[in-house]
Amino acid sequence: MPFIPHTEDDVKAMLAASHAATIEDLFAEIPKELREVDLSTIPSGISEMELSRLMHDRAKKNNSLSCFIGAGAYEHHIPGAVWDIATRGEWMTAYTPYQPEASQGSLQLMYEYQTMMASLMGLEVSNASLYDGASALAEAILMAMRLCQTKNTLTILLPQTIHPHYRAVVHAIVGQHDANIIEISYDKKTGRITLQNLAPLAENASILVIPQPNFFGILEEAEELTAWAKQKNIMVIGVVNPLAMALLKPPGEWGADIACGEGQPLGIPLSCGGPYYGFLCCQEKYIRQMPGRIVGRTVDTQGKKGFVLTLQAREQHIRRAKATSNICTNQGLMVTASTIFMSILGPQGLRKVAETSHQGALTLHQMLTQVPGVESVFTAPFFHEFVIRLPQSAESVLKKLAQKHIQGGFSLNSTYPELRECISVCVTETKTEQDMEMYVKDLRKILSC
Amino acid sequence: MLIFEHSKKNRVAKAQIPATVITKTNIPSNFLRKQKPLLPEVSELEAVRHYTRLSQKNFSIDTHFYPLGSCTMKYNPRGINRMSQFHGFLNHHPLSLDENSQGFMICAYELQEIIKAVTGMHAVSLTPMAGAQGELAGVAMIRAYHKSRGDHERNEILVPDAAHGTNPASAVQCGFKVREIPSNAEGNVDLEALKKVVGPQTAGIMLTNPSTLGVFDRNIQAIAKTVHEAGGLLYYDGANLNAILGKARPGDMGFDIIHLNLHKTFATPHGGGGPGCGPVAASARLAPFLPIPMVTKVGDAYQWLTEKECPQTIGRLSAFMGNAGIILRAYMYARLLGREGLRRVAEYATLNANYLLARLKAAGFTLAYPTRLASHEFIITLKPQAKTLNITALDVAKRLLDYGFHSPTMYFPLLVPECLLIEPTETESKETLDAFADTLIKILKEAETQPELLKNAPHTLPVRRLDEVKAVRELDVVYQEPIEVY
Repeated sequence: MPFIPHTEDDVKAMLAASHAATIEDLFAEIPKELREVDLSTIPSGISEMELSRLMHDRAKKNNSLSCFIGAGAYEHHIPGAVWDIATRGEWMTAYTPYQPEASQGSLQLMYEYQTMMASLMGLEVSNASLYDGASALAEAILMAMRLCQTKNTLTILLPQTIHPHYRAVVHAIVGQHDANIIEISYDKKTGRITLQNLAPLAENASILVIPQPNFFGILEEAEELTAWAKQKNIMVIGVVNPLAMALLKPPGEWGADIACGEGQPLGIPLSCGGPYYGFLCCQEKYIRQMPGRIVGRTVDTQGKKGFVLTLQAREQHIRRAKATSNICTNQGLMVTASTIFMSILGPQGLRKVAETSHQGALTLHQMLTQVPGVESVFTAPFFHEFVIRLPQSAESVLKKLAQKHIQGGFSLNSTYPELRECISVCVTETKTEQDMEMYVKDLRKILSC
Repeated sequence: MLIFEHSKKNRVAKAQIPATVITKTNIPSNFLRKQKPLLPEVSELEAVRHYTRLSQKNFSIDTHFYPLGSCTMKYNPRGINRMSQFHGFLNHHPLSLDENSQGFMICAYELQEIIKAVTGMHAVSLTPMAGAQGELAGVAMIRAYHKSRGDHERNEILVPDAAHGTNPASAVQCGFKVREIPSNAEGNVDLEALKKVVGPQTAGIMLTNPSTLGVFDRNIQAIAKTVHEAGGLLYYDGANLNAILGKARPGDMGFDIIHLNLHKTFATPHGGGGPGCGPVAASARLAPFLPIPMVTKVGDAYQWLTEKECPQTIGRLSAFMGNAGIILRAYMYARLLGREGLRRVAEYATLNANYLLARLKAAGFTLAYPTRLASHEFIITLKPQAKTLNITALDVAKRLLDYGFHSPTMYFPLLVPECLLIEPTETESKETLDAFADTLIKILKEAETQPELLKNAPHTLPVRRLDEVKAVRELDVVYQEPIEVY
């Protein structure tokens, strides 16, 4: 019986104490007809050794090739210390810190995390994390809607340069509320949104979301767009790559009200898509409309400094139907790893990772666009990801590259019909010149066939 | 000390920083950051030591008994954690081609099948990233279902007074009004009260069964009939599924939609407050509305189901495949236990709860529902002691910490005064349960002879009771330090 410590004698003694003859007697309050359960389709249990063999085999069927896909999940080097420490039982098997005296480790770490993330975003406060980048954007929009304090239907401007899956999540979650979500098209030459795209929609808009960098890797003119929005009394949410913010001007410096995004680049492995974590930062005056856990520093009865979950009056376990959101947890363990990651990398290390990734992307962009038939698609500057057009079917080229152990990028065909045979390609500090040369060499071969 | 207080300007962990010489950029200078972010500048050892020491200030399952009611703090098998970190899983990009992702997709598909069998539902989506997101998905599905039938008048979700706070909060997030249903003296939903409020405005009811009162609602079939006859749907909150795993199935009770908490029932780690994983499962008529992506099997190949194949879906809830690493862990847990082991989860969780209940009852503690069997958890109320000894459930909870036991859930459910909701789980031994019972008995004695030991508890932890009012009034949520320029 895996993980059940009872001996036969234990069971006898415990049943006797419980005044029951059999364990089944303890289920007597469940109607008998409900207790006839057929589990025959579930396999019998196996030992950890057998399972280990099975999972080794499954892991091999997940081919992790040299990866040039970005599109919202980024491969970075993670110092070995990060997950070694984060998977200590005291971090990994603790619960939400409802008993603060028994959770000072988690609570202090989250306070340190809030400090680091708020500073990285150039904003005053941060929560203790949300589920992932996409749902964090949905929560940020709901938060901005509450701040608008009107009963009228609100209009939200959502550029198409935002990750298509993020937009889908916004439609699914924010779409449950009374909201008018308008998708904004982008400038086909530069690959970013322009005031020409936005201006005609300004009149009724309340909220503008600005990605940085955008889904194509391109840098939006975030500061200029924010200034325009502020003039029109439109709230601005930045949805950004936090690693890039070690190098780029962060949302707080644009003048944005809220920043959110995917924390994965900061020490979280690709891991088939999750678990990652979402972050959410804002100006302090908005903190009472923030969703999710927030940790605050206070003192104990002896005046000693300590940490607690604070502003809980916003939350579902206190406010129930009147809560700011239904969120109950944060992504504690991911934040633990990410905080250790940021501590080890420090401000200089993080910036160097960002610069190296950017430089690598410039190099590969140049190399790829020299391959006959391959074209650069957009003209504006990019961070560590860019879009190229292939002279053949993007899907088929990517498949052929995969056979040569290279994941060449993400096909934009299905999500951007106007970008036929285009792929986005990402370079991080993990890619050497040799990796890039190999990619280019194999692509040349495939295209010349 | 905070990590920032270990920081020294220009100290770097050199092994971790790319050695690249930066010569190229095309980013205009007005796009660049000017202020240095407030990240610590420490050596790798300083970071490791700081976060190792901090970890030692936590209680956890690996170090302490953690009988938190409705949280199912059972052992999280270490081997599973290790296997989830195999290279092929850990370094796999979510947007890889399907043919390169079969290893993960097989596991996800098979977990979907296991969940179907163990819950009696028709189809499963694994994407919700926590129980509360599963609830949001479920309520959105209820809304989409009624809408698809042109039934626009159903604007009310019924929630028992004992429900988790997430239930009403999730219903409101989907635009519903919430109506509370009282529990009766036995801890069941008050069926007569329910019959009075159902009607053409009823979209559905959200139920936890066994409820957070620690009892199985024996009228569940009558509740299902009442709600279904009024045209409403039944939503099952899987917070307490550990109590009936393999013994009874929500699908057989008449539920239309359920969510599970894999971080409870399927033993994935709680991580200090996440990541969780809250799959939703649905009956045949609700299945078309499940969130995407899901995994299907065509011949020998596993494929994603997206909006193309599922046009009525409520859509996407996460950027990729939810908390994929947690899905893997839950799958491994189910395979280790198998059908026999899954059933024993409920059996031994229930045995442990009833045994602990019997011991505490014999010692004179007051049960909230003395005529009932415990499910996998039960409630004691300290209301009599509050009167006679002037102590509170909080005092007892804090004193337990001194003895190395995490406190049970306290002051929840809200309708039982001075309550402790106790869930021992199946992975604890009789010796641990005995030690916990002995300690509670001892604390009660202390309350009679040295009440200050309780009033001032905890005495042995890194901090004493913390001033939560000050934390709100003088909000300090980030460390302040002078900002430097790069």
